[in-house]
Amino acid sequence: MSTTTSHALPSGAQPAPRSSILVATSAIAAAGTMLMFGMLAMWFKFRDASPLRESAGGKMIHDWLPSDIKIPEVATNTMAFTMVIACVMAQWAVYSTRRNDSSHATLALAITSFIGIAAINAQVAVYLQMDMGLTDGAYQTMFYTITGTMLTLLVTGVTFSIVAMFRAVAGRLGDSSVMSAHALYWYFLTAVFVALWFVVYVQK
Amino acid sequence: MNTVNSTATAGHASTSTALGTVANWITTTDHKKIGRLFVGASALWMLNIVGVGIALGIERIAPDTAIFNSNSVTQLFAMLRTGATFGVLLPLALGFGIAVVPTQVGSKSLSFARLAMFGFYAWLIASGLVIGSIVANGGPGGGNPQMVDLYLMGVGVGVVGVIAASVSLLTTVLTSRQTGLSMLEIPMFSWSVFVAAISLVLTLPVLLGSLIYVAVDHHYGRLVFGGNEGIDMWLGWGFSQPQTFLYVIPAIGLLAELAPVAARIRQPLRGAMLVGVGLVSTAIFGSVTQTPHVFVWGGSLSDKLKSAIPYAWFNLLPVLGVVIVTLLSLLAIQKGKTRLIAPLVPTFLGVGMIVVGMAGNAVQKIESAKLAGSVFEEAAVTYIAYGAMLCAWGAISYFGPALWGRKIPDASVIGIGALGLFATVLASAPYYFAKDQVAGVVSDFDYSGPQTLFNTVVSAGHVLMALCLLSAIAISIKSLSSGETVSATVWSDQ
Repeated sequence: MSTTTSHALPSGAQPAPRSSILVATSAIAAAGTMLMFGMLAMWFKFRDASPLRESAGGKMIHDWLPSDIKIPEVATNTMAFTMVIACVMAQWAVYSTRRNDSSHATLALAITSFIGIAAINAQVAVYLQMDMGLTDGAYQTMFYTITGTMLTLLVTGVTFSIVAMFRAVAGRLGDSSVMSAHALYWYFLTAVFVALWFVVYVQK
Repeated sequence: MNTVNSTATAGHASTSTALGTVANWITTTDHKKIGRLFVGASALWMLNIVGVGIALGIERIAPDTAIFNSNSVTQLFAMLRTGATFGVLLPLALGFGIAVVPTQVGSKSLSFARLAMFGFYAWLIASGLVIGSIVANGGPGGGNPQMVDLYLMGVGVGVVGVIAASVSLLTTVLTSRQTGLSMLEIPMFSWSVFVAAISLVLTLPVLLGSLIYVAVDHHYGRLVFGGNEGIDMWLGWGFSQPQTFLYVIPAIGLLAELAPVAARIRQPLRGAMLVGVGLVSTAIFGSVTQTPHVFVWGGSLSDKLKSAIPYAWFNLLPVLGVVIVTLLSLLAIQKGKTRLIAPLVPTFLGVGMIVVGMAGNAVQKIESAKLAGSVFEEAAVTYIAYGAMLCAWGAISYFGPALWGRKIPDASVIGIGALGLFATVLASAPYYFAKDQVAGVVSDFDYSGPQTLFNTVVSAGHVLMALCLLSAIAISIKSLSSGETVSATVWSDQ
């Protein structure tokens, strides 16, 4: 018996861990990026096709943003900054998870969720302050459509954060790839939002 | 009494078994079942588009043939286009991929199988919405605004479903391969499905973005995107070339897989074969720019180059990929001890038809050919869709033993493949020569000359394809349920 045991082949090496959730989230982030960049490309197309007019400063600009509409820049700039902070919080959750620190991971995810909800709230505030109808013109229709799509992506991000937070509360920190995927999703949201912020709210 | 009881019990048991089977299928996470659901449901779409092809062909035979009113004709053309791509090409690619890829890469299951199942249900529901809305005059250019909204929602839901299934597939290939199996060593079919899945994940969201704009605009204001008439202008690229090239990448991968099996050698220049399949995905660039890149032969040399380079990049590069795969497959067949395997016949013929369709697209984009707006594009779509259906027949006969444990008779596979080739040529080739016939209409063109003959031949081609399809379905059901059983897997030949 002992001879048999001594001649037995050793077990094979454990296969390298392949994080399915991380890969799938990367694919979804790539799809989401193409979605938003495709919509931004359409925005460019319509903006560039609009006729030229003279601005208050005497420059010739595209007559795209109606002159009576003012974009609340404080709210939009704050959104952009808080989105970056959300990335830091999501990465903190990954850091804590790798150290099996449930309380800090939970706190980080709670802050991420809170920031996401704050960003949604800020977007609604922007809608209220701009006070324009969806059917008032081409700009308005496209503005609500592209920002509404971004809002939908944000809602999914908040949902992801809440689900990840419940996992952390329950102490399910063994698989850090879920937290990495969560962080990746927030990186994607932030990158896409910053692009949208620059094109829609800064360049107008 | 005992007899009565036992009969009742047996009846109850049989009902429970039937219900259990149904419940098992509709809630399954088995990749083979999900894949077969996709392929089976796409067969219904195939019958649908072949029927529409026949109806439109008959309508165009003579000026006094008026079966449908003008609104119905517009909707039938929408059905043909949407069905050929969204109803046939996409589910075939995903279905065979989902059924076969996990087994080929040595995985016990599909990654995120429920996501793939969600994809199937989303696609299935979307199919119902799209067909229902088009029937109720709601497709592109349709006169019923509510049904147009429904059509847009249907396409949107379907696109989300396809993206979900693609994510599941590409995650399987990247993360669930057997230990030691590198990406460069995976079977060619799996490689092609992987390339197709990535291509779909990158292009379909762009279509979804346009769709959201068009849907919101159509539902509320119809200020920006031209209402119902603008749908084709903004979304048409998703159902046309070069986007359709991405939908048939697995068909090309199937040829690359079968050729060395028939030749009984390892594929020569396998790296080049991988590149060839990958090159087809360069159609992504032509798609997402949403602009036909036309070659204009005029002006200075610089002007010609400025026109030729994007034309070649966007239209010819994908064709080069298929040509590389075909030539390398022929090289394997020529170098090896080749014996005829039945699935190779319809697959080879199908890829041939796809190449003709792709070449037709390249010719159509040459301005001096003056083919824009003619039925030439319809012919190219038909070549590609019917070519892919031939490849699907090859896939069913090749993968059938692995999926069902039974075999389709070789004579049936080859016979239907050859007949399918004939049907495809009849249904498509005449429109490559009917440049005077306007696309999307049934009456506003000159019937003098050969138009009547062209339209008659095209109708005959669709009828023949319908017969092929019905025969293929009947033979598949008979052979795969009670045909010759096989013990070895399809990969034992390699």
